[in-house]
Amino acid sequence: MNEEQIQHYGDALYDAWRERRTIAPLLEQEPDITLADAYRIQLRYIERRVAAGETIVGKKIGVTSKPVQDFLGVFQPDFGQLTSGMVYQEGDVIDLGTLIQPKAEAELAFVLKEDLQGPGVTAMDVIRATDYVVPCFEIVDSRITDWKIRIQDTVADNASCGVYVLGKTKGDPRKLDITLAGMVLEKNGELHSTGVGAAVQGSPANAVAWLANTLGELGIPFKAGEVILSGSQSALVPVADGDELVCTVGGLGSCRVKFSGRSAV
Amino acid sequence: MSMEITLSREDIVRLCERVEGAQTRAYAIPKLTDEYPGMTIGDGYAVQLELRRRFLARGHKQVGWKAGLTSKAKMKQMGVDVPSIGFLTDRMARPENAAISTSDLVHPRVECEVAFVMKDELTGPGCTAAAVLAATDYVLPAVEIIDSRFSGFKFDLPSVVADNGSSARFVGGGRARYAKDLDLRTLGVVLEKNGEIVAMGASAAVLGHPAEAIAMLVNILAELGESLPAGSFVMSGGITEAIAVKPGDSVIARFQELGSVSMRFVE
Repeated sequence: MNEEQIQHYGDALYDAWRERRTIAPLLEQEPDITLADAYRIQLRYIERRVAAGETIVGKKIGVTSKPVQDFLGVFQPDFGQLTSGMVYQEGDVIDLGTLIQPKAEAELAFVLKEDLQGPGVTAMDVIRATDYVVPCFEIVDSRITDWKIRIQDTVADNASCGVYVLGKTKGDPRKLDITLAGMVLEKNGELHSTGVGAAVQGSPANAVAWLANTLGELGIPFKAGEVILSGSQSALVPVADGDELVCTVGGLGSCRVKFSGRSAV
Repeated sequence: MSMEITLSREDIVRLCERVEGAQTRAYAIPKLTDEYPGMTIGDGYAVQLELRRRFLARGHKQVGWKAGLTSKAKMKQMGVDVPSIGFLTDRMARPENAAISTSDLVHPRVECEVAFVMKDELTGPGCTAAAVLAATDYVLPAVEIIDSRFSGFKFDLPSVVADNGSSARFVGGGRARYAKDLDLRTLGVVLEKNGEIVAMGASAAVLGHPAEAIAMLVNILAELGESLPAGSFVMSGGITEAIAVKPGDSVIARFQELGSVSMRFVE
């Protein structure tokens, strides 16, 4: 795709995000979009948000589980950018009015204490460079109508990132079995689903290493202090006004989040 | 749950012989309710207890009990909505790392469970998860090899109860731990077959907490006029869905905090 087309679709996604509405799947409009094109569109969309005052605070990794990869017909994860406007603290109430068609997923987030520069990064390097891990919720959202996404659509749409909430309990990955730590997700006091760290690429650290290497190919390092959402360990949970979700990572702790208001769809 | 028995003694013995034949000679039979549509859960337990009486009379030793159908995933997979229990004998036990023959099984499946070993007797009704934890000597990881004797693993609750909750083989292993040293609700588990992850979950999938499943089991035992003796080995129910295995398959269940349990399957 030429630069003009990239800008066009990046701007369309930015406008859809700002106006809380959806657009038709990009592949329906432009059947030949490649994955590389999709990342360029993502970059344009995020540049627009940065130009409007946000800063980049980290990355999210998506499409990390085998069922989701099978569904989208891909064999590797994808990634998006976390910006300052997406951040909620545990205890905050998330205003669904800022979102379009949100769903929640429970994850483990990594916060780095050292830069990580791929290629050549292993899971062992990830643990070494990690300051701490915390349980978190990512509230995914799609600017694409009815979530009718293929991999190029979600990548262009910043890996369907909405907002995220970090828990307050910090864990040291040297003291915690992040691969076998269980994930228990409750909705309004009832068990919703369970998972385990291994659901994410065999281990969340593998997903972070994959992203360090993927970014490394593009010459982009992970910076100390960045937050990395490593990928969903739970089923997707629809959320509505008044809902409360709690995710608990075995041996670590919980993250709790409440929702109010109505999303656009 | 009503434990009302509606079948005659003759019918119970007849059904027991049918189940026993299928279990010992490894063939599939139609579910029992095809012939006895009015069969109750109480009838199912009457058949199960007759089966146990026969096994014990032949010198098998009962080592404990298992809770079954305790997770949403399992209930959905099997189309039932209440948990069940079954007895475990020494003949069903296999050691860790064993080569387990499938030639005397119909269509075996494996699932990961948290197992409890009791130091005190527990008596229902009214048994609670807290009482279970207080009466527990230690917990350990286990893999249950279930094997429904019903064609296509298609059954209803009275039939599966009569078939001793699909019990077939079990392997306890890994690392024994004091329950009080762990959060038994959030233990993660990964089931691998031939090196590939085939099922995953956390222990809360079992009725919210594995000790709840043991309490439920003790309360069902009370309805059958029995208690859970000290020394019992009790499996709390599958955390993951059950995965089919065949000769040549190698299985390992990895548990957070509890180590792993492995086995392989042969002809």
